[in-house]
Amino acid sequence: MTFTIRALLGACAVGAICSAAAAETTITVATVNNGDMVRMQGLMDDFYAKHPDIKVEWVTLEENVLRQNVTTDIATGGGQYDVITIGTYEVPIWGKQGWLESLNDLPADYDVDDLLPPIRGGLTVDGNLFASPFYGESSFLNYRKDLAEKAGITIPDAPTWDDIKAAAAAMTDQANGIYGICLRGKAGWGENMAFLTTMANSYGARWFDENWVPQFDQPEWKAVMTDYVEMLTKYGPPGASNNGYNENLTLSLQGKCAMRMDATVSAGALTDPKQSEFADKVGFALAPDAGLGKRANWLWAWSLAIPASSDAKDAAKTFINWATNKDYIALVASKEGWGAAPPGTRTSLYSNPDYAALPFAKMTIDSINAADPTNPTVKPVPYTGVQFVAIPEFAGLATSVGEIFSAALAGQKSVDDALAEAQALALDEMTASGYIK
Amino acid sequence: MARAVSPRRKLLTTLAAWAVALIIFFPVLWMILTSFKTEVSAVASPPQLFTADWTLENYAEVWARSDYPRFFWNSVVLSVGSTLLGLAIAIPSAWAMAFVPGKRTKDLLMWMLSTKMMPAVAVMIPLYLIFLWTGLIDTRIGLVIALMLMNLPIIIWMLYTYFKEIPGEILEAARMDGASLWGEILYVLTPMAIPGIASTMLLNIILAWNEAFWTIVLTTTKAAPLSAFIASFSAPQGLFYAKLSAASAMAIMPILILGWFSQKQLVRGLTFGAVK
Repeated sequence: MTFTIRALLGACAVGAICSAAAAETTITVATVNNGDMVRMQGLMDDFYAKHPDIKVEWVTLEENVLRQNVTTDIATGGGQYDVITIGTYEVPIWGKQGWLESLNDLPADYDVDDLLPPIRGGLTVDGNLFASPFYGESSFLNYRKDLAEKAGITIPDAPTWDDIKAAAAAMTDQANGIYGICLRGKAGWGENMAFLTTMANSYGARWFDENWVPQFDQPEWKAVMTDYVEMLTKYGPPGASNNGYNENLTLSLQGKCAMRMDATVSAGALTDPKQSEFADKVGFALAPDAGLGKRANWLWAWSLAIPASSDAKDAAKTFINWATNKDYIALVASKEGWGAAPPGTRTSLYSNPDYAALPFAKMTIDSINAADPTNPTVKPVPYTGVQFVAIPEFAGLATSVGEIFSAALAGQKSVDDALAEAQALALDEMTASGYIK
Repeated sequence: MARAVSPRRKLLTTLAAWAVALIIFFPVLWMILTSFKTEVSAVASPPQLFTADWTLENYAEVWARSDYPRFFWNSVVLSVGSTLLGLAIAIPSAWAMAFVPGKRTKDLLMWMLSTKMMPAVAVMIPLYLIFLWTGLIDTRIGLVIALMLMNLPIIIWMLYTYFKEIPGEILEAARMDGASLWGEILYVLTPMAIPGIASTMLLNIILAWNEAFWTIVLTTTKAAPLSAFIASFSAPQGLFYAKLSAASAMAIMPILILGWFSQKQLVRGLTFGAVK
C-alpha cells in the first residue's frame, strides 16, 4: 500500500514537472547591439517575474547581418525568430508583403494612442500597426555654446541653412582643431544619404517625381550638393568623406565640432560628463530649413515586430507589450534614471516633468514631431519615408548614389558630374525595376 | 652548397621580414590593445596606440553578457567535427585520385576547386531551404555537414598533393604482401602521410573556426559558434569598439594558441611539394 501511494505521489510530481515544462514557451528575439537593447537584456528579471511561462533566447547581431538573416528567414517562412528588431525602412515594405503579424490586438494597457503620431504613422500600413517602437529618434543640431559666444553669434532654436553657413564660418578655427560643422560623409544609405536626403527635403528637392522619375538633374539637388560640399570643404574636418555617425560623434565628444547635425539619440552621450568634457557646453537646435516649410530632420525608430512565420505569436506579443510599454520606460527610469529611458516613442514620456527637465527632451520631441514620413518633401512624391524611400530597391540604389556623392565630397569628381552620374544610375535602376514604364 | 650571403644583405632581409610581419600582425595587435581600453579612448581621434586608461572591464562585460563557453564549445564541435568528417571522405577520395587516376580525374579536381570560386551568398536561399526542410537549421550536425562540404575541395586537394609524393611502389608492395584495400589505406598510406594529414587537419580546423557566413546564416541560438558571438558585439551605430575587440580577442585566442603550437606542421603543410 505504502509503495502504491509513493508511486502515485512520484508520478504526480513527475507529471507536474513535465506539464510545467510543457507549458513554458521559448521565444527567440533577434536584435541589434546598441545601448538600449543591451539595457533591456539586463532587465529581463522583471519580465520573468511577470511571465515565468515564457523563456526568451536572444540573438544579437550587427545591423546589416541581422537584416540579412531576418530577411532570409522571413522570405522562406523559416520561423526561426519570434520577435525581430526592425527599422522604420523595413516595416512598410515587409508589412505590405504580409511578412509581419499585425499588432492591433495588443492589450489595452499597451495604450497605442500614447505612441508619438509620426512614429506610429511610420509603422502602420493600411491601418495595421506592424511593429511596436522601442526607441525613436530624429536628427537635430548640436553645437558648442562657448564657441558660439566666443564668435559673437547666436544660434536660433529653429535656424535656417543661411544661419548654419554663417555660424560655421564664424566658429571655424582650424589652427586649433575646431571645425565649424561636422556632417556625415561616409557612403551608405544609412550614412551620408540619410543626411543628404533630409537636407534635400528642406531644399525642395526629392528623390523621384510622382511618376518615379529620378530628380537629381533638377536645380534643387544642385543647390543641396553645392552647399554640402562647400560647407564641409571649407569648415568641415579633414577626411570628411570618411566620417559617419561614430566618427562625428567622437569629434563632438572631443569638442572638435563646433556644430554637428545628427541623430537625437546621441544627446545622452553629448550631455554625459563621463563621455565628454564639453557636456555642460552643448546646446541643441532644430535641424535647419530653407524657408520652404520642411526641416532637414529625419525620423527613425527601432521597433519590435513578429514575423508571420512565428509559431509563438501570443508569447511574442506578451514580450513586445512588456518591452515597449510605458511601464518598461518607468522601470528603466527607476533603475538608471530618466536620461537612460528609451526616447522618442511615447507622448507620456515627454509630458513627464522629470524627463522634460532633461536638456535635450524638448528639442527631441519637437524634431520628431517636425518629421512627417507620409509627406516628407516640399513637392509631392509617390513614396513614404523621410530619410529613405520605402521601396526594396532603395537600400542598394542609395548606397551606390552615396558612393558617388562621397567621391564628390572627397574632390574626386565635380558636383555636376556626380549628379549626372546619380541621375543615370537611378534612371537605369527605376526602369529596370519596372517603376518607369 | 649554401650561397654566401653578406651580413649587410642578411640584415636588410631580416629587417624587411620583420617589417612585413609587423604590418601583417599590426591589426591583431591593435585589436588586442583596444580590448583593454575604455570605449572613449578606443575611438579617440587621432587614434592612440597606447592609453592611460587600461581596463579589464570590457572582458568582464563581454563575459557577463554572453554565454561564451557555449559559443566556444560549438566552435570546437563544428571545426573539429567538420574536419574529421571531411578527412574520412577525403582520404579515400585522394587515394583514388593519386594512385588510381581515371581519364577525368584532373577535370574532377578542377571542378571541385571551381566550387570554391562561387560566392557563398549565391546559394544562400537554396541551402537555407534545404536546411529548413530537413530540420538541420541551428543544429551542430547541420553545420558540421555544411562546413565539411565547404572545405572538402581544399582537403582533397591538399591530401592529393601529399599522396602524389608517396611512391606507388610501396603500396604495391603492401598489396603483394596481401593487404586489403582498406588495410593499404589505413596501415600503409595513412601512417606515411601523417604529417600531410596533420597539416591539412590543422588548416581546416582554422578555416572552419573562422568561417563567418554560414555559421551566422544557418544558426540562431543553439549551434551558434564564436563567429556569431563576435557579430553580437558589432554595432555600427554605437561606440562599442572596445567590447567588440575584447569579444574578438576571446574568439581568436584559442585558435591563435593552436596555430602557435602547431606552426611547424602548418608551415610544412603549406610549403609541401614547393621544393623538390
